[in-house]
Amino acid sequence: MLNINNLHVQLEDEDKQILKGVDLTVEAGKVHAIMGPNGSGKSTLSYVLSGKGGYVVTEGTASLDGQDLLDLEAEERAAAGLFLAFQYPVEIPGVGNMTFLRTAVNAQRKARGEDEMSAAEFLKEVRATAKSLKIDADMLKRPVNVGFSGGEKKRNEILQMAMLSPKMCILDETDSGLDVDAMKLVAEGVNALRDGKRGFLVITHYQRLLDHIKPDVVHIMANGRIIKSGGPELALEVENNGYADILAEVE
Amino acid sequence: MALPDLKRTATEARLAELTMPVGGCLAEARRAALSRVQTMGLPGRRDEYWKYTRPETLVQSTAPKAAVFVHDEAPIFENFDCLKIVFVDGVFDVEASDNLELEGVQIDRLSDLVAQDIHWAKDLYGVLEARGQDPVSRPLAALNTAFADDGVAIRVTGKPSKPINLIYNHNAEESDGMLHHIIRVESGAEATVLENGPAAARFNKCSEIDIADGGALHMICAQGRDHERRAATHLFARLGKDSVFKCFTLTVNGVLTRNETVVELLGDDAIVHVAGACVGDGDFHHDDTVFITHVGENCESRQVFKKVLRNGATGVFQGKILVKASAQKTDGYQISQALMLDDDSQFLAKPELEIYADDVACSHGSTSGAIDEEALFYLQSRGVPHKDATNLLTLAFLAEAVDEIGNPDIVETIVSRLESWLIRRL
Repeated sequence: MLNINNLHVQLEDEDKQILKGVDLTVEAGKVHAIMGPNGSGKSTLSYVLSGKGGYVVTEGTASLDGQDLLDLEAEERAAAGLFLAFQYPVEIPGVGNMTFLRTAVNAQRKARGEDEMSAAEFLKEVRATAKSLKIDADMLKRPVNVGFSGGEKKRNEILQMAMLSPKMCILDETDSGLDVDAMKLVAEGVNALRDGKRGFLVITHYQRLLDHIKPDVVHIMANGRIIKSGGPELALEVENNGYADILAEVE
Repeated sequence: MALPDLKRTATEARLAELTMPVGGCLAEARRAALSRVQTMGLPGRRDEYWKYTRPETLVQSTAPKAAVFVHDEAPIFENFDCLKIVFVDGVFDVEASDNLELEGVQIDRLSDLVAQDIHWAKDLYGVLEARGQDPVSRPLAALNTAFADDGVAIRVTGKPSKPINLIYNHNAEESDGMLHHIIRVESGAEATVLENGPAAARFNKCSEIDIADGGALHMICAQGRDHERRAATHLFARLGKDSVFKCFTLTVNGVLTRNETVVELLGDDAIVHVAGACVGDGDFHHDDTVFITHVGENCESRQVFKKVLRNGATGVFQGKILVKASAQKTDGYQISQALMLDDDSQFLAKPELEIYADDVACSHGSTSGAIDEEALFYLQSRGVPHKDATNLLTLAFLAEAVDEIGNPDIVETIVSRLESWLIRRL
């Protein structure tokens, strides 16, 4: 479903190459995890896929269900079924959480030629989903992420993911800044969306998250490339030994 | 001290074209105002408080032409049950207006004061405007006091059940309207005044507002979407003990708008909130000049001004808080912000604080900046197209000013209008 081929990316402003040939395929219904040392390009990969400015693709391709992603605007990629749960969700004062969610849901439906969700339908679904993520009604009324704790921001990302129903979800260090209970809650939210058709790319530093969101494949990324791929045991290996051995293997 | 030649000539030229309306009980006040104009001279580019806004088109003898805007929607306050008072090009429209009868309030036309000697009106007309001439002169307001043809005299004695809606329609391309309003809110009384419309090709409005102890007045003004019109509005307010005055102005488009608000918090524990939101494109020029003086103790003042500028539009803010030595425990807040949607727009801000009391909390802030790229990308990454995301963030930016309006129904009306105007690019 998600196909990344020999992707080379550099920064727009500086002459710095960040991704140096990333190859990755995530099939429908599968969960792939990416781990790797800081600065390896994990977040850059997620930004480039979602269409953030400031990056230049110098070589390679990325496609979703055969559709060239890199040719689309950020909002078009979202409508095509891509979703990025940010590591640091931004606060947007003055834009109500509900308003934002409804606008996003309907914008995507419109782009796909579907009918908009009725207000009643939307309210019902939001309330149910929010409840399961322990997001109280009060939080829904507040401006997007304003005054939210780290855990609340991450749960808000999962709420959006649930409401937007994407095909391919990229979770960029969703567990960072979360305590054990909050992390479990987020993991439950993600698992509730695993329907055998939806694909997930989970970027994380800690094996702990992968105890709850069990991956099918684990990749190790270093220096702008995926250097090793394996099963869930690869994550345990990293947890126990660190990256030194794996990096040494590649050299 | 004699006026410099250029000023004197300009002032005389303007005065030559004007005829003082028959005065009745206001005659003396009008003559005194004329004298003030002759002493101060009409504004020129060299005057400190006209540094950022060129006054020539407001001073010249004839009003520059302004095409009449074709309205494609209902008037903004149409859905509110109000007592409507309609002016067309500055002339009272008796057919379109309601009967000036409402419980809890006395409404007279200024022109009625010629025939009748209404004491409260006579004691107020030109008084607050004269007070407001020190330390900064506001000659266009004095010109208005001297020559305004009409206006309303509103005396609020109770709590009228509906708002009073002053509607200013523009019908003639070269109309030059001058209206003077006086509003007196008696002790414990409360009213809401809504104003909307461009009024004329060139409009000079002066409102004098006197709020007695415990009185409250809410004013919401929507200046209209007409672009070619020019307007200079002046508001002078005097607040008694425990009184409340909240005033909000919405402007969208307009080649020249200069809104001056001068407030004196005379009694203790008084509250004034002055706010404005504007959106402008191209040769849009919008100037908010605010001057709030704290005299009484424990008074609260707020100035919240937000401007959205695009394609070379210009926004100006000159806001002053003066805290006199007697005004201990003052709480003064001022914020002026501009959202520049491109590199060509200009925001000129001059915040001023002059504080003589030592136990006060005063803050002033001014920022200008572009749309937050991160927030924009966040919205886009969720599928919201760039233009819609920009509008959402623009509305969010203006929200702080719009929220200053106490009434949630009016807030909703203003927000939904703004939304539809932004979508249609005004």
